[in-house]
Amino acid sequence: MNEKNRNINGVITPTEKANIFSNSLGFIKKNWIGFTLLASLYAIILVLEQVLPVSSMLFVVLKKGAIYALVAVSMNLCNGFTGLFSLGQAGFMLIGAYIYGIFTIPLEARAAVYQYFDGGIINFTVPVPVALIMAGLAAALFAYLIGLPVLRLKSDYLAIATLGFAEIIRAFFQWDKLGPVTNGSNLLRRFPVFSSTLYPFVVSSICITIIVLLINSSYGRAFKAIRDDEVAAEAMGINLAKHKQLSFTISSFFAGVGGALLAMYQTTVQAAPFKAAMTYEILLIVVIGGIGSVTGSVLSSFLFIACSEWWLRFLDSETYIGSFRIPLLASGFRKVVFSIIIMIIVLFYSQGIMGTNEISIDALLRFFKKLFRKGSKEEAT
Amino acid sequence: MAENILHTEKLTMQFGGVVALYNLTIDVNEGEIVALIGPNGAGKTTAFNCITGVYEPTYGSVSFCGQTIVSNHPQGKMKKLYLGEKGKEKLKRITPTPDRITKLGIARTFQNIRLFDSLTVFENVLVAKHMRAKQNVLTATLRLNWREEKRAVEESMALLEEQDLLQYKDDLASSLPYGLQRRLEISRALATEPKLLLLDEPAAGMNPQETQELAEFIVKIKNKYDLTVFMIEHHMDLVMQISDRIYVLDFGKLIAHGTPSEVQRNQRVIDAYLGVADDA
Amino acid sequence: MEFLNTNLPYILAGISVGGQYALIAIGYTMVYGILRLINFAHGDIFMVAGFAMVYLSATLPLYISIPLTIIITVLLGFAVERMAYKPLRTAPRMSIMISAIGVSYLLQNCAWYITSGLAKQYPTIPWISESISIGTATTKIVTVITPILTIVLVIALVILIKYTKIGMAMRAMAKDFETSQLMGVKINSVISFTFIIGSFLAAIGSLLYFTNYATVTPIAGAMPGLKAFVAAVFGGIGSIPGAVIGAFIIGICENIIRMFGWTTFSDAFTFALLIIILVAKPTGLFGEKSTDKV
Ligand SMILES: Nc1ncnc2c1ncn2[C@@H]1O[C@H](COP(=O)(O)OP(=O)(O)O)[C@@H](O)[C@H]1O
Ligand SMILES: [Mg+2]
Repeated sequence: MNEKNRNINGVITPTEKANIFSNSLGFIKKNWIGFTLLASLYAIILVLEQVLPVSSMLFVVLKKGAIYALVAVSMNLCNGFTGLFSLGQAGFMLIGAYIYGIFTIPLEARAAVYQYFDGGIINFTVPVPVALIMAGLAAALFAYLIGLPVLRLKSDYLAIATLGFAEIIRAFFQWDKLGPVTNGSNLLRRFPVFSSTLYPFVVSSICITIIVLLINSSYGRAFKAIRDDEVAAEAMGINLAKHKQLSFTISSFFAGVGGALLAMYQTTVQAAPFKAAMTYEILLIVVIGGIGSVTGSVLSSFLFIACSEWWLRFLDSETYIGSFRIPLLASGFRKVVFSIIIMIIVLFYSQGIMGTNEISIDALLRFFKKLFRKGSKEEAT
Repeated sequence: MAENILHTEKLTMQFGGVVALYNLTIDVNEGEIVALIGPNGAGKTTAFNCITGVYEPTYGSVSFCGQTIVSNHPQGKMKKLYLGEKGKEKLKRITPTPDRITKLGIARTFQNIRLFDSLTVFENVLVAKHMRAKQNVLTATLRLNWREEKRAVEESMALLEEQDLLQYKDDLASSLPYGLQRRLEISRALATEPKLLLLDEPAAGMNPQETQELAEFIVKIKNKYDLTVFMIEHHMDLVMQISDRIYVLDFGKLIAHGTPSEVQRNQRVIDAYLGVADDA
Repeated sequence: MEFLNTNLPYILAGISVGGQYALIAIGYTMVYGILRLINFAHGDIFMVAGFAMVYLSATLPLYISIPLTIIITVLLGFAVERMAYKPLRTAPRMSIMISAIGVSYLLQNCAWYITSGLAKQYPTIPWISESISIGTATTKIVTVITPILTIVLVIALVILIKYTKIGMAMRAMAKDFETSQLMGVKINSVISFTFIIGSFLAAIGSLLYFTNYATVTPIAGAMPGLKAFVAAVFGGIGSIPGAVIGAFIIGICENIIRMFGWTTFSDAFTFALLIIILVAKPTGLFGEKSTDKV
């Protein structure tokens, strides 16, 4: 285009610096409504924490929902936006959770936690934010190594490789010989946790913002092109292996961070619960929300957690009205209901709540404007 | 004589026992419009796929601007199965992925249109700019590549404007009518900044009027972007009208080659292809 | 000789479990060959066969409960295909994979609900549960029966695929789904038939497998399923002899690893094998390289 204005050496001149600055300012300006909404959401949470009792189920839903939102969005990046079928989410979360736990348990607590392993062999701690990033990096490293052989081929095998990996990593972390690091099959505990609901919200929203920025970038477009048609994407000069690898690794990074947050939420970590069923649940969330919709995933995370932890809990407990036992209600029934829901959605509503659409502020505004106009028109007639 | 831009040497593609392409040796010179014709199943698309790296040819090589970009010798099971001449010179194995070849400057369209259906018309073109931008995933996410991005957007807009597609910019590619989808696919190929454009049956499904427009369109873009065009086509009017030279394939083998009038007079071609078309 | 004497039980166990994996792997490889679908629910159908036997044999004599178990499993396989996969024939690949996961999740959760998550004792099937000594090793008769039965069934299956009309239709569909559809192959019946064969073999496999392992849990199908799939990839997905050989190799290697006391890694081995085969020979031992038509 205009060769004169292009800086060939890639040196950033002062005017360009100003430009970059105004560019990021522009980003904030463009999205100020979003940022305002987010800020007010934080404020509401702070207020709620003052008003409601700490034990309120609402906080459980908000905390866990925020964490699952991050994990679901990260899964969506890989499965929904790039069309790779990865089933390793639980495994990557496990890695994140352990890395976080291992490197943040305070030195003075180690003797007690690692009581069967002489206090363990790691004798330093890192600050919490560093540990969160390490958690992500460790998960990403594993993803990279799995992706290296698998993503060069037809991506069919990714599903089975990741599922297998997730099963095996669990056994690996519980292995006795690794006890000095992972505490074997014993709990990791006494690492720093969060008390405020705001914490997972802030971390999640930062991570999700980054994912959204990625999805809307040039790379995100390339991912979607791969999802739509691999052959055509390659013909457009997109290196399939590289881009699949990027998407899968980045997705796993955020799954790792999500795992670390989950560890903080649970206050303890053990390998056993990070089963395939956990991955299936996250997949369920993504499908309900709409494969290829970030806002869909976020919405459906809160919905799913609210149902499973709160609203539909009653399905799991035997209930009597007088001496009449309500049929079906018993331990495990809730999950049966969930699995039926997922089948119904997959077979009849494959778009989920949102399809590939997003709730954007513009769309909301337009919607309200229309509503308003309609209202005023009706008044006029 | 203009520079040679594309040369294939004894290109052979065998699927199991089916030899789809046999010893294809062709030349395309810079600035030409060359057509590849032949009955259905003759191996034309297979030839394109071998040139663009979608298939690994079983034997033979392809060079582009004098540089060997693809070359292969029977590998694995094909060593035994190979139906071509035995004891030929052993070729080095060069089998790049299609994206590498696109980067070198060969762009293509597909016989059955392959657009990115969930992307808009604009994004379909923009995707093609991705590979040329100097960026990495970090700078792209943080928008530090905004200069590149701005340029890509401007260039894509300009391209859409030239192709009269600007008004459909924000429509989903899949929602365009068939003719426009064809045009979008060509525009998208142009966006990769190619030197050589391969068109696979660009006029398929078009009426005579649309075909005529397409002929003009191809000549126009060829001149405008300094392209060399190599195309597969069934519409003889189109082929005869705009191509400088024609290669004729039948059952994977080259049966004739020359200027349109030479090919038209060639008896083998008439038997194999034009004769059939006349009967129909 | 001394080595063989001490390690014979492991090797026998390996051959036996290999045969059981083989019976599951055939279901995977046939379905993948035709539909290009990893049928994630297949391992769970195997698990349901286990529970069906547990509950049926509680009230019915074995000579009824065994055939009934097989029939139920076959019906389940058939129903899963008709209800969860058939409606998605033209949907994106991702949808049908998710549907398969959904079925797997559903079967596991139903099993958990019905059993309250408790492991169930598998009934003792007379004769095959009896002990037998081979050389110095003592083992159950099932260990010896499994490989023989597997081989017999596989030969029968190969003959069926080679010489019957439906077998020919299967091969045609595996080669080129669209064209065979155009040529008038009744794809739906062929697909159903494939699932029926797969489930039938999985039912037999489950009889042998659980007789060996004695208990059934809701996730009992997951690991054998995963391993059987890897076996199918190892042998070259789509190839029945490949799947069988792959399964025997995995079964034997796994037990050799146990023999060296590396039990933790016997599962990890399968996974490592998958990675190795994908790096070294992605088409597997007997798979043919095919190029997707563009
Ligand atoms: N990926 C493939 N696998 C097997 N056979 C193929 C493949 N691609 C093309 N063929 C076969 O090669 C032959 C030539 O096909 P093609 O190049 O598409 O012909 P056309 O000249 O009509 O473009 C046909 O017989 C076709 O069936
Ligand atoms: Mg063709």
